[in-house]
Amino acid sequence: MVATKEKQFRVIGTRPIRHDGADKVTGRAQYGTDFRMTGMLFGRVKRSPHAHAIIKRIDASRALALHGVKAVITAADLPPPTVGGGGPGPGGGGGPQGARFQMENFMASKKALYIGHPVAAVCATDAHVAEDALALIDVEYEVLTPVLDVREAMAEGAPILHEDLRTRDASPLASEPPADKPTNVASHTQYKLGDIEKGFAEAEVILEREFTTSMFHQGYLEPTNGAAEWSKDGHLTLWNSSQGPHNFRTQLAQMFRIPLSKVTVVPMEIGGGFGGKLFMHVEPLAAVLAQKTGKAVKMIVTREEVFESGPTSGTYVRVKYGAKKDGTITAGQAYMAYEAGAFPGSPLSGGMNGVFGSYKIPNILIDGYDVVVNKPKSAAYRAPGTPAGTFAGESLLNEMAQRLDIDPMELRIKNAAKDGDDRPWGGKWGVIGNLQVMEAMKNHPHYTSELQGENRGRGVSMGYWSNAGGETSASASVNGDGTVQLVLGAVDVAGTRASTAMQLAETIGIAAEDIWPKVVDTDSVGFTLLTGGSRTTFASGWAAYELGMEIRKRMVERAARIWECDAAAVTYGDDGIIRGPNDSEGKERKLSFKEIAAQLGRTGGSIEVGANVNKQTVGPSFGGHIVDVEVDKDTGKVQILRYTAFQDAGRAIHPGYVESQIQGGAVQGIGMALTEDYYWGADGRMQNASFLDYRMPTALDVPMIDTVIIEVPNPGHPYGVRGVAEVCIVPPLAALQTAVAEATGIHFTQVPMSPRVILEALLKDGD
Amino acid sequence: MSDRIIIQATINGEEMEFLADERDSLLEALRERIGLTGTKECCNNGNCGACAVILDGRLVNSCCVMAAEVEGSQITTVEGLAQDGLTPLQQSFLEEAALQCGICTPGFLVSSTALLEKNPNPTEHEIRFWLSGNLCRCTGYDKIVRAVQSASQKMRGQ
Amino acid sequence: MQDVKYARASTIDQAIDLLSKGGPTARVLAGGTDIIVQARERRREVRLFVDIKPIPETQELRYDPDAGLTIGAATPCYRIYGDATVRRLYPALVEATSVIGGTAIQGRASLGGNLCNSGPAADSVPAMIVYHGVANIAGPKGRRQVPIEDFNTGPGRNVLDQGEFVVSLQFPSPAPNSGAAWQRFIPRNEMDIAVVNAASTVRLDGNTVGWARIAIGAVAPTCLLVKDAADALVGKPLTDATIKAAAEAAKDASRPIDDMRGSIRQRKHLVAVLVERTLLEAARRARGG
Repeated sequence: MVATKEKQFRVIGTRPIRHDGADKVTGRAQYGTDFRMTGMLFGRVKRSPHAHAIIKRIDASRALALHGVKAVITAADLPPPTVGGGGPGPGGGGGPQGARFQMENFMASKKALYIGHPVAAVCATDAHVAEDALALIDVEYEVLTPVLDVREAMAEGAPILHEDLRTRDASPLASEPPADKPTNVASHTQYKLGDIEKGFAEAEVILEREFTTSMFHQGYLEPTNGAAEWSKDGHLTLWNSSQGPHNFRTQLAQMFRIPLSKVTVVPMEIGGGFGGKLFMHVEPLAAVLAQKTGKAVKMIVTREEVFESGPTSGTYVRVKYGAKKDGTITAGQAYMAYEAGAFPGSPLSGGMNGVFGSYKIPNILIDGYDVVVNKPKSAAYRAPGTPAGTFAGESLLNEMAQRLDIDPMELRIKNAAKDGDDRPWGGKWGVIGNLQVMEAMKNHPHYTSELQGENRGRGVSMGYWSNAGGETSASASVNGDGTVQLVLGAVDVAGTRASTAMQLAETIGIAAEDIWPKVVDTDSVGFTLLTGGSRTTFASGWAAYELGMEIRKRMVERAARIWECDAAAVTYGDDGIIRGPNDSEGKERKLSFKEIAAQLGRTGGSIEVGANVNKQTVGPSFGGHIVDVEVDKDTGKVQILRYTAFQDAGRAIHPGYVESQIQGGAVQGIGMALTEDYYWGADGRMQNASFLDYRMPTALDVPMIDTVIIEVPNPGHPYGVRGVAEVCIVPPLAALQTAVAEATGIHFTQVPMSPRVILEALLKDGD
Repeated sequence: MSDRIIIQATINGEEMEFLADERDSLLEALRERIGLTGTKECCNNGNCGACAVILDGRLVNSCCVMAAEVEGSQITTVEGLAQDGLTPLQQSFLEEAALQCGICTPGFLVSSTALLEKNPNPTEHEIRFWLSGNLCRCTGYDKIVRAVQSASQKMRGQ
Repeated sequence: MQDVKYARASTIDQAIDLLSKGGPTARVLAGGTDIIVQARERRREVRLFVDIKPIPETQELRYDPDAGLTIGAATPCYRIYGDATVRRLYPALVEATSVIGGTAIQGRASLGGNLCNSGPAADSVPAMIVYHGVANIAGPKGRRQVPIEDFNTGPGRNVLDQGEFVVSLQFPSPAPNSGAAWQRFIPRNEMDIAVVNAASTVRLDGNTVGWARIAIGAVAPTCLLVKDAADALVGKPLTDATIKAAAEAAKDASRPIDDMRGSIRQRKHLVAVLVERTLLEAARRARGG
């Protein structure tokens, strides 16, 4: 269901079958884990069983003696880290140690900093043998005390992970040089708007609460993977499921000190990423093993190992709201501490942007801390950092609505951020759909209907994600039969092959089915930033648009040649019909795209065009969810009765895939809110590292997720596109928190609100 | 010491003889020894359903079956669902946009095929219950359920 | 996967021979949904899988009013809950086997495996106990029968000696005016190991409880047959108060631990809830509902 629509499109807004569909429903599509090459070796990673330990000695002699084992590597076999800079990471993670930290995460050299931290790797002729070899690699550790809680890690006397880590203070108040003392606090960032003291002084009601969220895993079904091979003249090829082949190429070229042209990354199909595959995990190890053995090496990663690779941060967030009795919010303050894992770079900014993101609040103070702890290094996970921050802000806002006796949507509408308002982190909002989403929610039958029955409750929450633009390359060529090849640099994780082809089809007035889109390797297309941040339909779409406009121009030139007239007298219609000046008999001359294509050969040859875009005119996306629940008070179990998700898509290119993104993100958020968790032993081991006990929602756990797509077109995109993939994971946590609060009378301040947590809160003393 | 073994089985209607390791699971044999990579390995402990195949007429997780056990058996994998073109289920998955990354799709298609063979007109609850052993992280299941409902209708001639 | 060999047994004697010669690292392979995963994850040392599925006695599913119900130890769950007689006479068995692990697991998983894995939270065990189930065991010294409630001795441990294996499970015909029910609590709606599971049978003489059997799982090293809970009901009318007393007795008998699947407090509370709920359902079935 779509709320607004202006222009009539021919392709945009329809639901063609995706081009890669047949291969994916017949098992023909090749994913990273499906890679095979004759003679390839199988690699496994040896990982630290200790959360914090000095590596004293590694002896691989027993492993090397096993028949079939071809090589064992340790950190000493990896190239030395480059100086300065550093790999990408959500929330930064750069700093002077950036590149060294990144290499240390690939493989530990001196200290193991989390259970699962790679300390060695082995490859063998057979996968079973490689696994047998792991137990034969002897590692001697000096075990140290781990620190596993973010606030403990910030306190005096906490075990220190990195002796050379100092707090980078990005707050405007940082006037002194940072203390020259080892710390686990990697950075302090601050957003400030107005005067927070004044804001609270003006308030008539003040509420403050502390919230915590667990570490969560993206839960992509396909494990991380990578296969590498070197040619005899030093050219490295990597096959894997990557969200960023060009970024990986850059890192590998830097790492091995070889030219970019000597590295090829081949993106296979990717079985889920959600941000977790934006960064390399085992790929460098495959490359080093391949170098050492002269053979192709494919790394195998088990599900247990995947849980030890790049989850999102657990958090502690303290949030405080001040409001007048009429519902005007006068002040918003937050203290946010995010677990980066073993190395700096948590998605703190996502939380800082999201906690008050949907509102115009004149006085804001947000202090955010990126903190290392002895847990796996965090990686991006869909709207990184934002669900946690928004869980806190929106839950408390709902409580404020209750306290003020104002309808929760009315309260939000009253304080909604609108076009041109100040943003908490600086600058002003452009054209946004925040208010439109709120209005749609308020007027929807789900919201206006009465929820009847005992132990039931309803909750709402807004969500925001900035989306992204960035460097994107693509090319297209016109075939002699009027079909078009579309060559894409942006990896397709979920359907952007189709949505990009649709935007090209729209631009040149042909059917989406007449375009064959293909995601290609890094040799075949220009630099393209990783697929993440909900940028692909926007950025690839911009590239498609530019390709299309250039194709139109060249087709016009060809028509002019055919009609022997001036190009200026030829017009390209949006319907794919090219019209020229009347002929000698006064008849209109026109040719279809296909008809001109048939004459390309004799009018000058092929048409092939390239586009390299880097658009920053991104449109942020706002969303909101409404959920009804029933709580079984005897067991603490929450059943979702009804769920409706609203989102401003700017323009839904393929509504089916927009709906599916919204539904998928909502269910991931539901998992965070109700059943997913990392159970940590005191030794720092994740005890539930399997899909049995890391409880992601099954088909039986959720109802149909109704979606409402609102379209407030982004003026910075030719078709109005806003990214859609990430907002949808943001609202479920607070919406469920509030629904459970209404059903039980208890305001939970942690997620997951598992049955155990809810039941124990409901039980009276002595039960 | 585990040995190499020779297995004879009928896979997707084709009689086959293949070499496996005694400690291979059926999943490993399909993917690594025979080269049928349509069946996916995602958890290797029976908790995600991505490795689902039909074994002697029954839906099973191939990671929980040893290759050695399937001597003389009939196995259907995702590659063998369609004979001529796509099945109604495969077509419905595409029409309903019931896949995003597609890694879980083979498992869901095999499971759904088994469901509709047994129960041609399942309710929404029956569909969700039958498919609860197939995890999907991308779609939130809504469109998968709708695809199964749509295929069921088509197959009943409605 | 660890270094494991595979052997197929077509007769009971063949299986005994393979298991005896194979020593403690030889394990029966029935459905494989537990043992294959444990072998792969190296949680149990397994050097030989002895596949008993070809043995006809392990695949039986037959009922007669005198001998009762005999289920071969390797019979997969889907055959059990798909059988019309089992559905009619042993609904608690159907309830348990219908939810073990999901549809694909049920294509292979068996009662024999669920029992002999000796997990404290085994879903089928409370149902088997309240139906007076016995395990028919074959071994080098011959045959013997062990009541299900005596079979497991601790997490991962049971009474089987080297070379012995369970051939079938046997349940007497249900008594007239009796009913049974089984429930479990899990955090999701499927696919989880039980936080607590429970089963109850009652026989009603009018409104008085003739006898009762109540078993609770996942709250002790083995599934508990709680005599005190039954005693709270026998000879008494079935009322809210007597049901509550039985539930409390079961709760008192339980000895749960804190782990990643549940807390002590949560589990104790759930014992009472599930015993109450299964008693009510068992009584309804006893009355012909």
